[in-house]
Formats: sequence, structure tokens, C-alpha cells
Amino acid sequence: MSTDVTAKSPAPAPPGGTGSASGGGLLHLVLDGLRRNMRQYGMLLALGLIVALFAVWTDGDLLLPRNVSNLVLQNSYILILAIGMMLVIIAGHIDLSVGSLTAFVGAFAAVLTVQHDIAWPVAVVLCLLAGAVAGAAQGFFIAYLGIPSFIVTLAGMLVFRGITEILLEGQTLGPFPDGLQKMGNGFLPEVGPETNYHNITLLLGFVLIAFVVLQELRDRKRQQEFSLDVVPLNLFLLKLVAIAAALLTVTLLLASYKGAPIVLLILGALVVGYGYLMRNSIFGRHIYAIGGNLPAAKLSGVKDKKVTFLVFLNMGVLAALAGLAIAARLNAASPKAGLNYELEAIASAFIGGASMSGGVGTVLGAIIGGLVLGVLNNGMNLLSVGTDWQQVIKGLALLAAVGFDVWNKRKSGS
Amino acid sequence: MAGPVLEMRSIVKTFPGVKALSDVTLTVRQGEVHAICGENGAGKSTLMKVLSGVHPHGSYEGEILFEGELCRFKDIRASEQHGIVIIHQELALVPFLSIAENIFLGNEHATRGLINWNETLRHATELLRRVGLTDHPETRVADIGVGKQQLVEIAKALSKKVKLLILDEPTAALNDEDSDKLLDLILELKNQGITSIIISHKLNEIRKVADSVTIIRDGRSIETLDVKDPGTTEDRIISGMVGRDLDHRFPERTPHHPEEGTAPALEIRGWTVHHPIDQQRKVVDDVSINVRRGEIVGIAGLMGAGRTELAMSVFGRTYGRYAGGTVLKDGREIRTKTVAEAVANGIAYVTEDRKHYGLNLIDTINRNISLTALAKVAKRGVVDEHEERQVAERFRKSMNIKAPTVFEPVGKLSGGNQQKVVLSKWIFAGPDVLILDEPTRGIDVGAKYEIYTVIDKLAAEGKAVVFISSELPELLGMCDRIYTMAAGRLTGEFSRAEASQESLMRQMTKDKEVTR
Repeated sequence: MSTDVTAKSPAPAPPGGTGSASGGGLLHLVLDGLRRNMRQYGMLLALGLIVALFAVWTDGDLLLPRNVSNLVLQNSYILILAIGMMLVIIAGHIDLSVGSLTAFVGAFAAVLTVQHDIAWPVAVVLCLLAGAVAGAAQGFFIAYLGIPSFIVTLAGMLVFRGITEILLEGQTLGPFPDGLQKMGNGFLPEVGPETNYHNITLLLGFVLIAFVVLQELRDRKRQQEFSLDVVPLNLFLLKLVAIAAALLTVTLLLASYKGAPIVLLILGALVVGYGYLMRNSIFGRHIYAIGGNLPAAKLSGVKDKKVTFLVFLNMGVLAALAGLAIAARLNAASPKAGLNYELEAIASAFIGGASMSGGVGTVLGAIIGGLVLGVLNNGMNLLSVGTDWQQVIKGLALLAAVGFDVWNKRKSGS
Repeated sequence: MAGPVLEMRSIVKTFPGVKALSDVTLTVRQGEVHAICGENGAGKSTLMKVLSGVHPHGSYEGEILFEGELCRFKDIRASEQHGIVIIHQELALVPFLSIAENIFLGNEHATRGLINWNETLRHATELLRRVGLTDHPETRVADIGVGKQQLVEIAKALSKKVKLLILDEPTAALNDEDSDKLLDLILELKNQGITSIIISHKLNEIRKVADSVTIIRDGRSIETLDVKDPGTTEDRIISGMVGRDLDHRFPERTPHHPEEGTAPALEIRGWTVHHPIDQQRKVVDDVSINVRRGEIVGIAGLMGAGRTELAMSVFGRTYGRYAGGTVLKDGREIRTKTVAEAVANGIAYVTEDRKHYGLNLIDTINRNISLTALAKVAKRGVVDEHEERQVAERFRKSMNIKAPTVFEPVGKLSGGNQQKVVLSKWIFAGPDVLILDEPTRGIDVGAKYEIYTVIDKLAAEGKAVVFISSELPELLGMCDRIYTMAAGRLTGEFSRAEASQESLMRQMTKDKEVTR
């Protein structure tokens, strides 16, 4: 399962690879693999570079366990939105309403739990439903009435922001019940003997690593069963070691502070689930098909309207989830919550390899794009860069990322 | 005999990883129509891009002499200043601007940035007269047909004082009538002293207008033939293009003799469809056809005959407004209101426009092949990627799709290989009836033969095949039976024995004046 998230999606076997390369050959294979998947690995390398730069500039503060934990908490909602936005953009659309929608859902949650004392699990379900209805309404106009998504969601952006202010009467409403707060700020509970690490987090991390490795091995065996070409053994092992090392590092960092944040678990589940959905489900394939060539998809029997509708419904649910996470973290619903978040989510998707014309992109890409922005935010905060300059730099980062992609494509094309 | 106006000597053009032109020499005489002919990917278009400055001087090796002068064009403007104008296969007109605005786009009649409309319209009218167009120059380009748009392109070239006109497959999108007009115009321009280079697949066209033909194969100029020479036959040109003799242009077929009594695999009765916008107009008018298992049935017709419209309206009502008729499969009436229903009933439609309606060009070969029948490689909505890849590998071998892996984006393949992917996709869907719309359009001779073999095999396996084509020899070579259509009506039905180019063409042009 998690192969889809950790491995780069469609992982083509190098043609003619025999797996018997020796020392120097291995380096060659790695470089060759990187070159062929420039688009896939480029952003990952950029993320690594940005992390390294800020780690140096902040004298290592960026990678302190406490800060890594913070980084996750601060960016989780953008990442949740970015996943949904990636689907929308792959389908060839855009959603400008998600920032307002998160505010609306936060306000709705506050009205339910603070003003009407409804139990928080019930409120969560109602909020997700509200998001689904909002997304479905927009999806209906876009898919079945054929109104451009830019227009529909621009209207949605105004409408939902307005409803938020009506619900909150311009005030900030809080605090939330404990259970809901945990969603934004909480960590996994701790059990067992006193080690220097958070036991449950360690355990979860090890289970995850074991699972990923087993999955990769199983996948490789299946490929051989179907007598398909596989990646050479040494390259495959190198990949496994790299993935395991990356996961282990993050696990140790989180485990040496308060453990894994609850919202990270939610996010992790979403990444795995949506990665799998987009790569391996018929529904996911149909999203790529309508974004890549709508008339051809129609003539292939893809129910384009239904798929578009569901993509927007899904975006509504994810926006609701993000809205709950924001409200829980701030411990209050504010009329200005989620302002410009739609733009951050859209930027994440494009930094992560989406295309304006649709049909291209991966869930993992959206996460990498979101993390690039997140690390920039966090790193510049640590360096006490003002928000004015932060905006300038983030804008330039978006331009540079997409510019590099366009340049790279032109170079490899004609 | 006039001297050369253009000499291209030992042109070599390399792209990263590919040598597009390895040694091309081309000599064009003053005032002639010179055809360039070769398989797709032979390098014809690249050669013309070198000549017109799309690929600037310095990016290729070799010399270009125009009117005896060594040329170093750095862009298209530079070549246009010398009077070399290229008209690309895909027309470069802005649909929502007028004819006159398009003609002078980038070259406006203006003083200090302000357009002089009187002069623009006067000059446009004069140019339109020269190319034989009577439309008003203020008509929007979107409102005239493709044939007239092609003439507007030529008017645009004339406005640039063209001396050498390059036409890249100018009649590919035109019907016979418009093609004839265009070819006549090229001859007329020749009388006015304009030299033309015409890139074409159509050998009859070359015979009609060209004085000489240069054959290009694998990036090399093979030979230049005098078209008027009686030795220059179509087979002679074809053998030059593919480098081997083609004594069989079609696979050997054992004609199908349908058993009496069994119901046809597909029968369409009284099918009528109105135009999607102009709803008074019948695009398909009371058409009834049938096809049996193992049979290949052709539909011949000129552009606008309603063949594609018939096929698409039957296939999930993807064209026009339905106005009557029934579809029967094996004698039972079926619903084909949506594409999904049509596919579920075992019908496949392979489009004539694979780039726009057939393929997701940015996606890979394997994912394009599996799209229509994803359920076949999936369990409970989850696609088994290994099985999918295996399916794709199988088609890559059996259909001889030339690509390093099945993970290659389809957009990078040549036309013939793209067509094989579209066919694979629909064969994988497992239909009983295949409607093939111009399955060999725009692909080279070798790939055509491969496609014919596939079609023949499908019929031999008991599939019913409807074969829509504009190339009569192709229909005559492949079909057991041929219907003709004209202006939306069925005008004839021929057995393999009865059909000839002349008899088909007679029925294809029938009724035309009556409906106008």
C-alpha cells in the first residue's frame, strides 16, 4: 500500500537492466534513474536542499525535535487541503473556495459545540457532512450545469466567507471541548517503561517501516511472477535503505519530543489512502483521464460528470477536515480563519508538479510542494524574517519551481 | 528548362538523441511545383522547418541557396523577407478575428500603430479575388469552412509577396471538392510565376500538380523523379518511400460469405440525426445498414456525407440530436444512449481523430490501453498494475507498437504507433462490433499494412467490422461489402465484386445537388 506514497509513482524499470552492476555501475544506475525521473525527484531534491540550507542558517534549530513537531502541526491543514486540491487540478479544474470553506466549517463547529453543547464527535460528523454538502453543491454547478469551476468557486469563496461572518456575528468563538482540541494540538498517549523516547511513536514508526519494506518486497515478487522487468537488485536495496532511513529519522525526531501529533496520523492516513486511490483505483484513473483529454475520456465511456462531481464533493470533505484542524489548533473559530489558504494549497499542488491544463500530478507531489512552503515559512520564522518578505520569497519560490519544470520539459521535449 | 531557385545541400539536423536529417539535398527549379514525399517521420517537416528558419541557421549543418544567394535565416521573419512562406498542416489562423485581420496579422497596414482599415479591406479583397474566394473580408474565420481557411492562408502568403510557397499536407483536412480547388489554385499560382513545394501523402495529388517529386526516407533524400516521365508510376514512388517493392498492399483476404438466416451482429434501422446547432438540418437521414460476424463492411463518402456523424450518434449519442431509428444487436433491439451502454453491448468506435478523441497524449501506453476496460484488470475497483502492465506488454508485441517500454507517454509516439494504441485499447475492451473511422489516416505505408493485417485478423476471429474510409483503394482492398453515403443519405450498396472506384464515386456524388 504505502509503496504508492514512498516510491515514486509509475516506477518504470530501466530498460535492459540486468541487476548485475558492480560498485561504479550502481552510482551510474542511481544517476540514470534520477535523470529519467527528473520531474519526480527534482522537487524532492529541492525540498532536501531547502531543509539543509535552513538547518545551517538556523544553527540546527530547524531540525530540533520540538520544531519538527511544530512544523507538522502548523502545516497539517495546508497539506490536507493540498491533497484535495491536487485531485481538483488533475481533473482540470480549480477550487478557490476552500479557504472560506475551512472558516465556515470552523464556525459551524463552534456554533454546534460552544453555543449548543453538542457532543464533539457528533459535531465532527456534522461538520464533515456540511463540507460534503458545500462541495457537492459546487460540484453540481460545475459538473452538471457546466459553469466553469473558477467562477463557481470564486462565488463560493465569497458566499462561505459571508456565511462564516453571519454565523459568528463578526466575533471569535471558543474555546472548544478537549476532545476536539486534541485534533489540532494533541499527541499520541504514552504507555510503557521510561525510555528517552516516546514508546508508542517508536513502535508505530517501526511497524510502518516494516510494512513499507514488506510491501516493496511483495510488489517486486509480484512483478517477477508476471515476468515483467524489475529494477536491478542493488538499486532496489538502495531504495529500500533510503526509504527506511528517512522514515526512521522522522520517527526518532518526533519520538524524542512529545511523540507523534494526532493530526500527523490523520494526514498520514490521507496520504496513503489518496495515493492509493489516485494510482490504483478505477476512480483515480478516471480523474487523470478527464483531466488529460476530456473528449477522449468521454468516448471511452468515462462518466466525466459524475467523476467531476465527486472530486468537488471530496474537496468539500477535506476542506471541512482542514477547517476542524485549524479551529482545534487555534481553539477558536474566527471570521478570518483560513484566509488565503486556497492559494497556499494551489501553490503546493503546482510546486509539487501539477499542470495548469490538468491530467498530471501525484498526491505525494502535493505533499512535497506543501512541505517546501511549510519549511520556508517555518525556517523564515526562526530567522525572524517579517511576513512581508516571507510572502515575497514564497512567491518567488512558486515561480522558480514551476519555471524550472517548464524549462526542464522544454529541454527534454523537442 | 529553368535553373534552380532553391538548393539545399547536404542538410544535417540533429535533435538531442535523434538524427532527424542525416543528408538531404534538394533542388527546386524556378517556377515548378515540387512535391516532397516520404513516410511519416522521414524528415519532411523538419526539412521545411530548416528552410523556413523555424530551426535557425547554426542549428543545422549544410547550406541553403535561394536565388543563388547563401541564406542564413535566424527566424521565420527572415525567410519571409526573402519570399519564402510556409503554410503548416495545422492552420495558424485566429478563429475570432476576421479574414482581413488574419491576412495582415503581424504585417498590418498601419500608420504610427493605428490600423488603416480602408487600405486593409481593399488589399484583402484583392488578395481574396486572387485565391478565388468571394467571402467578405470582414467575415470571422471561425464562420468559414476548413477549405476556405486554407485559401485564406494562401492569401496571407500572397500578401507577403511570396516567391516560394511551402504547403505541408495542404489537403489532409479537405474534401475532394475543396482539394481540387486548392490544387487548381497551386497550378494557377505557378502560371503567375510562384514556385511551390508541396508535402503530400496523396500520390494522385502529386501526379496532378507536381512537376517533380523528391523522395525522403529516414532523413535522407533518396531520389528526385520527373513526374511527367511515364516510368514514374505510383508504385514506383511508393517503393522509393519504403525502400521495398509493394506487390501486396493489402493482406490476402478470404471474402466472407454470410450464412443466410442468422441475424446480423449489428443492424441500424432508419437512423436520423439532426445537426447539434442547426437543428433543422438532417446530418444523417434515414440510414439503414447491417454488418455480420466475420464481415468487413465499408462506408464510403465524401466529407460531409455523414459517416462519422452516423457512427458517433449510434455510439452513445456522442454527436448531434437523435431524431429516430433503432439499433439491433444479433436481432435484438439494444440501447446505445450512452457510451457505457454501447460498450456494454459490445460496440467499439475507433475515432478518426485519435489526438483529440482517442488518446490521453500525456499519459502512458499501458494506461491508455486499459482505460475503456479498467474493470478487466481490477478487483473491487482497485487496478492491478502488474496485470495491466502485462496486458499492455502483450499488445505492444502483438500489435508491434514501437516504444522502448509501455510507460512511454503516447504523445511521443508516431502517428502509426498511436493508432495501434487506440486499436489495442478497443480490442482490449472485447467488442463484437468494431466501427473503425479512418483507421489509417495520416500514417505511413508500412504501418498501414500492419493495421490492415490487424483488421483482417479481427474479422477472421468473428468480429463484425465497419470500416469508414476516404481512401477508395483501401475499401476495395479490404471490404466484403461497401455502402456509399452522400449528404447524410445512403446512396448505394456494393458487393466486393461489383465495387470499383468509378462505381463508388458515382454514388458518393449522387444527391448532392438535390439537397442543396
